[in-house]
Amino acid sequence: MTRFWLIKLLRTILTLWFVVTFTFVVLRTSGDPVVALLGGDAMPDEIEQFRRQWGLDQPLIVQYLSYIGQMATGQFGDSLRDHRPVMDIILERVPATVSLGLVAYLLATLVGIPAGIIAALRRGRFVDRAIMAFAVFGFALPNFFLGILMILLFSLMLQVLPSSGTGTIWHFIMPAVTLGTFTAGTLARFTRSAMLEVLERPYMRAAAAKGVPAVKRILFHAFPNAAIPIVTIVGLNLGQLIAGAIVVETVFAWPGVGRLLVTAVSQRDLALVQGLVLVIAATMVLANLAVDLTYGLLDPRIRKGAR
Amino acid sequence: MKRRPSVIVILSALVLLAVVIVALVGNVFTSHAVTGQDLLNRLKPPAFLGGPEQYPLGTDRIGRDMVARLVAGLQMSLSVALAGTLIGAVFGTVIGFIAAHFRGWVEEVLMMFVDFQASLPFILIALTLLAFFGNSMTLFIILMGLFGWETYARLARGVVLSATSQPYARAVVALGAHPLQLYVKHILPNVASALIVQITLTFPQIILLETALSFLGLGIQPPNTSLGQILGDGRDYLSTAWWISVWPGVLIFVITLSMSILGDALRDRLDPMLKTRTS
Repeated sequence: MTRFWLIKLLRTILTLWFVVTFTFVVLRTSGDPVVALLGGDAMPDEIEQFRRQWGLDQPLIVQYLSYIGQMATGQFGDSLRDHRPVMDIILERVPATVSLGLVAYLLATLVGIPAGIIAALRRGRFVDRAIMAFAVFGFALPNFFLGILMILLFSLMLQVLPSSGTGTIWHFIMPAVTLGTFTAGTLARFTRSAMLEVLERPYMRAAAAKGVPAVKRILFHAFPNAAIPIVTIVGLNLGQLIAGAIVVETVFAWPGVGRLLVTAVSQRDLALVQGLVLVIAATMVLANLAVDLTYGLLDPRIRKGAR
Repeated sequence: MKRRPSVIVILSALVLLAVVIVALVGNVFTSHAVTGQDLLNRLKPPAFLGGPEQYPLGTDRIGRDMVARLVAGLQMSLSVALAGTLIGAVFGTVIGFIAAHFRGWVEEVLMMFVDFQASLPFILIALTLLAFFGNSMTLFIILMGLFGWETYARLARGVVLSATSQPYARAVVALGAHPLQLYVKHILPNVASALIVQITLTFPQIILLETALSFLGLGIQPPNTSLGQILGDGRDYLSTAWWISVWPGVLIFVITLSMSILGDALRDRLDPMLKTRTS
């Protein structure tokens, strides 16, 4: 048990170290880091001070170690545009992204999992085909186009929903639906296949023979066993959700981290880009660790069999 | 288990064929140049909605013909995705072969890179590189090639590891074949079907990645154009000229949808090992 958790923890730290090294290498190979982080119009004495402050006059290995130290403690420097600490700018944007992500995820789970269960129970029938067709559509429809179509329909034609910004509960609907559609489709597909596998197991027949009512059989016998693969998908989907948020927040002018990243990249605010990438990557890696651990808790076979 | 492909699969193949033909010879549908501006006919609706007859699908904000724009965008999106898919497939497969051939620390290091890339959404890596190195066509195509290489690497490594223990591979080695000969002439044909399936599954994802980045204004830059870029261009004109965004969006959707359907069908047919229970 402890061994299982230790290995997972070690892998997480390794990945984080990789991400920091990646940004370090990119920063160094793309040009002079002083120019990159201070901008081209910095004063000579400013540059000199920056060099000393970030230890850029030290040997490369010392620079690398102090870089890791600074990134690990969240000292990402100042934004080129705002001249404010990068960490402050990012933290301001986190609540908007987290709230949008949670609503989208809730929506995707409430739609995707029941849809998958129903599709599995009605395997091969019309309902099953319709749900699976919807899942394929959700996969192939680019989220930016879905967003545009929703704006056209609900904001411009019907004029019932705001097309951009934040503030009321109505502002959540279109971004959350756009963001959640892909996840709902994936969840439905995986729930369906996980349920199909479980429904054929002998213990399901035993439960039926015992006279357990159908609803109870499905909710208390089948679903908990199907839940294990579904939880992994939820973890894997976090990356999809973050990738989606980058696009969807831009479409709906949602003041979150994803839109901040797009603006930072197009303005080449490199200190901000670096900070954002590290924060997003760390969040993802830690969330995946959490999913791995729950996975172990849910299924004793995994932690016992872990190498 | 050979059965005839379903109607939907055939339809998808036909749609893709049509899209490729349009990309190849699309310019016969229009007499206008991609860059030709007609400032008197800005933001004109498609001909069938009462717009000027010479613009069947309407015009954009500086009076450029939408048909010409869409054909150019389609050509760009398809060729960038094709280049990216092929680069990724070749690069990933070679890396997988190298990892499986040398084993030991080489394999460990290469697989660490694979795990690293798999642990982050690719758009994050792409945005970082675009921000630091600045956008150029070369970098952008390399980025598309970097997408998904880790899947090929895993696939190729796994196949080599299982194949080298099989009699035919050992026989080839015993006969004194060079390792390269073993990989290219004997193992590659055995992975081919799995690779082709993976290619058809990666292609629509690269289309989506390219169009998303171009939509955000961080991908293909003017004067070049791509479907995503046209779509992003039309965002500011949704209330007055919805067609600028809707046409490229429909094209992207049709391409990714039919490609995904084909990919799934191909996977079920060529690679029963990978067959999912969902299909």
